[in-house]
Parts: sequence; structure tokens; C-alpha cells
Amino acid sequence: MTSFGQKYPGGPGAEPLDIGTHYNFAYLDEQTKRMIRRAILKGLAVPGYQVPFASREMPMPYGWGTGGVQVTAAVLVPEDVLKVIDQGADDTTNAVSIRKFFERTAGVAVTGRTQDATVIQTRHRIPETPLTADQILVYQVPIPEPLRFLEPSETETRRMHALQDYGLMHVKLYEDIARHGAIATSYAYPVMVAGRYVMDPSPIPKFDNPKLEMDAIQLFGAGREQRIYALPPHTRVVSLDFEDYPFEPSKADHACALCAATGSYLDEIITDDAGGRMFVCSDTDFCQSRLSGATP
Amino acid sequence: MYVAVKGGERAIDNAHAWLGEERRGDPGIAELGVPQIREQLALSVHRVMAEGSLYDPDLAALAIKQARGDLIEAVFLIRAYRTTLPRFGASRPVETAQMACDRRISATFKDLPGGQILGPTFDYTHRLLDFALLAEGEAPVGPSKATEPGPVPHVMEYLDREGLIEQAPLVETTPPDLTRTPMALPAERALRLQALARADEGFILGLAYSTQRGYGRTHAFVGELRIGMVSVEMDIPELGFAITIGEVRLTECETVNQFTGSKTEPPQFTRGYGLVFGQSERKAIAMSLVDRALRWKELGEDDAGVPAQDAEFVLMHADNVQATGFLEHIKLPHYVDFQSELELIRKLRRAAQAETEALL
Repeated sequence: MTSFGQKYPGGPGAEPLDIGTHYNFAYLDEQTKRMIRRAILKGLAVPGYQVPFASREMPMPYGWGTGGVQVTAAVLVPEDVLKVIDQGADDTTNAVSIRKFFERTAGVAVTGRTQDATVIQTRHRIPETPLTADQILVYQVPIPEPLRFLEPSETETRRMHALQDYGLMHVKLYEDIARHGAIATSYAYPVMVAGRYVMDPSPIPKFDNPKLEMDAIQLFGAGREQRIYALPPHTRVVSLDFEDYPFEPSKADHACALCAATGSYLDEIITDDAGGRMFVCSDTDFCQSRLSGATP
Repeated sequence: MYVAVKGGERAIDNAHAWLGEERRGDPGIAELGVPQIREQLALSVHRVMAEGSLYDPDLAALAIKQARGDLIEAVFLIRAYRTTLPRFGASRPVETAQMACDRRISATFKDLPGGQILGPTFDYTHRLLDFALLAEGEAPVGPSKATEPGPVPHVMEYLDREGLIEQAPLVETTPPDLTRTPMALPAERALRLQALARADEGFILGLAYSTQRGYGRTHAFVGELRIGMVSVEMDIPELGFAITIGEVRLTECETVNQFTGSKTEPPQFTRGYGLVFGQSERKAIAMSLVDRALRWKELGEDDAGVPAQDAEFVLMHADNVQATGFLEHIKLPHYVDFQSELELIRKLRRAAQAETEALL
């Protein structure tokens, strides 16, 4: 025990833990990053296909965005400007925590402004401001398999993707309509990618689905499930539907109570215990830019 | 009025400061030292090493202290540390037949070469709270007797000689590494055993218990259970031979399972195997039962459709760091998804109400 300080970085008697000297740039070692980058490249080459990768244990829990964090760590370079959002907001606790992690381990510049960021890690939203070809959007994914709740076995779902056997999904959507008169999926709404793979766009509201066809690279990381998948720029992404029941992106039928935007996704805020509520933009940067007069 | 979402950063800092205070507890009480945890809460330390997949009693004790005694949190700390360590090689397979046994029992033979060694076990203690431990006193000292360390051969060898137990042929291929390659299904036995060795003790215990109560009966006898130190040897290319780089405490359990034969296999005893870091015999026994249950296919047994036979079910849900993370993540914000569900439910209800009214 006397050698504790020498044996372990940060142990008693050691210098205060300096992440920069004890860990590699962006935390992961270069071999691991290489492995992840290969998975990303494979994902980009086969859009919508879930690439297995040897996900590492990260210093934050599974479910907190370990897949997204690993993807971000693998694509980050020192010149990058990073933005992290959760539920569309930069200041939700987990977004703060992940942003701080990369500030500490990579020393990259961070921003809240969508257009200033080169890499954006997100949970559950696509920013309202259209992204450009110079940007990468990294999604945190809990369950990458769009067929999982129809078929629990991974062996079986991989077979279904291989054979493009998506009948089960169409039956599910049909049964929704038969039972409820509408497709009863409001987030993580399944999409067909480049006419080949059915993909889970992560739990974004279906309002965001049309934005999945964009100029930026989109990368999806599922840490616990050990999968990475990707959408190269301008990939055709079609939300599943039927001719007579076309896909409808939806949002609360209000304008933002703060910035008066009518085309942005809204959060419902309970303001009192008598049923009072207000609707405000979920994308806080978008909302604040409008309020400050800057054109987002 | 609208509560601004700003303030997350300060909230986190304050929460962490409070956590630190709570971890220390009443400052009037002496602080718990890491060596005290290592020496006096050794079985917790062993569990954290086993499920953390890292043999380092000091670090496991530190993790337990940092985690305020939450063992799954401690396992998580160890895993997150482990994953950053460089790999400079692989050891030779440890030779458990050469184990310096503290405990070695067989439930199948009354006496056998090497003898039955009860060791430091709770088995026959009366579970009466020992109020003497409330007071600090002299450390108890057990009787000691110098023994000649003789060979303690594996019980299975005796059955093997008669051909009564299935062969366990030496496999020369390097097994896959669960921590370096994604889990591939169907998983071979080496991969399954890796997953079980680091699996949550409670989960494996429950599954093993279910096979005993009829959900996929495995008819297990504990052929042998042994706990002790084994040397870890590594080939050093520059030297051209293997040297001992350290010692680890292991618990090994081999079960003998009744088997009446199948279309492909003759009647013989079959094997279940458990190997765990530290003194963790509950885990090792449970592991060997679950291992045996998962082997139904290779032995030509029927699929009884029970949980312990379903490799994908067992392997994908046995890791407590994964499970606890995903379970607890539902406390993170889901405003956006919930909002979209609200819109959907309101829309469906409007449609249903309109239909009802039209009927009236």
C-alpha cells in the first residue's frame, strides 16, 4: 500500500490527476479509436447497416451516451468545436457532463451555437438550424435495432436485415392503423435508408425525421449494444408509411411562447398546478438566437 | 412562470460536493482506510474483482470506498479503469491442479487424495449475530499446523480414467476476448464462460436456482470446489521461457451432471464449470450450473424453452454494469419523447371521442 501513489495515477501521494498526461487525446487510446473509425467507415459505406464494434467501458454509465461519446472521441481532432445537446438543450445535466468530459480529456473548444460547431453530439433531437457539409452530427442510441420490440433475438433480427425481411414491421404499422386509426409511433420512428436497410433514427421525435436527409455526416453510436451505423450526406431516408396513411411529422400545435417560432419542435412546460402550461422551443440555441435577433 | 433550463453545470458541481460529504459520513467517526476494506471486507473486494474483471485488491477496495459500499458502482469504477490499461500480453492458462488450496471439498467422494479441506467457510457457522464484534478486541487466531503441500489432483480425473465423464479435449485455438471483440451469437463455450465469469452474481444465482427448481433441470453434483492461490505465468519471448508474474486467488467449481444420453451422446456424466476471481463460491457453483444448462445443444438435449438454456437471453442480460446503466438511464430527461407521446395520445383520444360522439 505504501507504493499506492507510484502505482496508480491519482493515488494518494501522486500529483493531482492531470487527464491530459494520463489519458490519450479524447480519452480513448489510438488503437481503440482506429477500431471505432473502421466501424464508422464501414457504416458510411453501407448506410443504415448496424456495424458491430468492440465498445469500451467508458467512465460514464451505459445509457448515458457511451456509444455517442466513443464515436465523438474517435472523430474529434484538436481543431474541432464541439456542441453537446440533450433534448435539444445545451444546458441539460447530461449534456453539460459530456461537454465537460471532452473539455477535460480533449481540450477542444466548445460552443452552444449550432452553426459554430464542427461536431455536435445529440440525444433525442436534430437541431432546428440546418447543418452543413462541414459538420458531423453524432447520435446517442439506446436500442439500435428497429426490429427489437417485434423480435427479441439478435440472431433472428440480423437474419431479417440480411434478407431484407421487413414484413413484420409493415404488419406492425398496419395493425397500429387498424387498431388506432394512425401509426402509434411518435419517436424513434423507423426509416428506410437508401432503399435497403430499415433503421432506427434513435429516439428523436418523428418531427425530426424529414431532417435526416441533410448535408452533414450523421453517425449513430450504441455503446451497450455495441453497434455503430451511419448516414452519409444526402442519403435517401424515407419514414415508413402507407400510400393512404402517409407519414406525418408532428409537433404541438402552438407557437413558441418565447421566440414565437411556429416551425420548431416544442416542449410543454407546466407553469402552475391549475393546468397552466406554455410551449417553448426544445432547441434552446435556436430559440435564443431568435430572441437575440441573430438569424439562426 | 417558465423555469429556465440554465444551471445544469452548477447543479452537477454541487451534487458532487454533497456526494463527497455523504461518502465521508460523520467526521467524528474515524475514516475507513483502503487497507481496512481490503483486509476486513475481503469478500466484497473479491466480488468487485470478479465482476470488474480486474485482479487488484487495492483498487477494488478503493472502488468500494469511493462507491460508498455500492458494489455494482464499485464494479463499474473498476471496469472503467480496466478498459484504459494497455495490454502487453496474455498469460499462460492458469494451472488450477497446482492450486495452493485453502479450501477443497468434494460432494461426490467421501475421501480422496489431497483430502477434504474445509477452510475458512461460513458453511457450519450458526448465523447468530456475534455481539462481541461490536467491541474492538484482539484479532482471533486460528490453530495452525505446518503441512506438507502435497498434490491435490482434480476429482474429475478419477471419473475421466473410467470413461464415466465426458471428455474435455484440449482446445488449441485462442478463445475470443469478450472485452476486445463484440459479443457474437451464437457464442462458443469459451465466450459464454467469459461472460458468466464477469456476470452479476445475483443474476447467475437466480438462473442457477431456476434450473434446480425445474426450469431446465441439470442434475448437478459438486464434484469439486476449490479455493486458493495459483501462479500466473507468462512466456517472455526475450527469455524463451515462462516466468511467474504474480499470484491470484481463484474459486473453481466442477459439477458432475447426470446424463442419460441422447441421440448423439452415450450415457455418461457431463460437466459444468465455474471459475471466478477471489473467494466467491456461490458465484462459482451458480456459474457451473448455468454453464451446464447452456450446453444443451452440443449434448443433443431437448430445448425445454427455459431461461437458463437460452444463451442469448443469459449472455445479453447478465452484465450488471450494462444492466444498471440502461435501467437507470430512464431517469435522464426524456422530455422530447414524452412530448411526442403526449401529442400522439391526445390525437388518438380526439379521434376516439369524435367516433363515440358520432355514434350517439
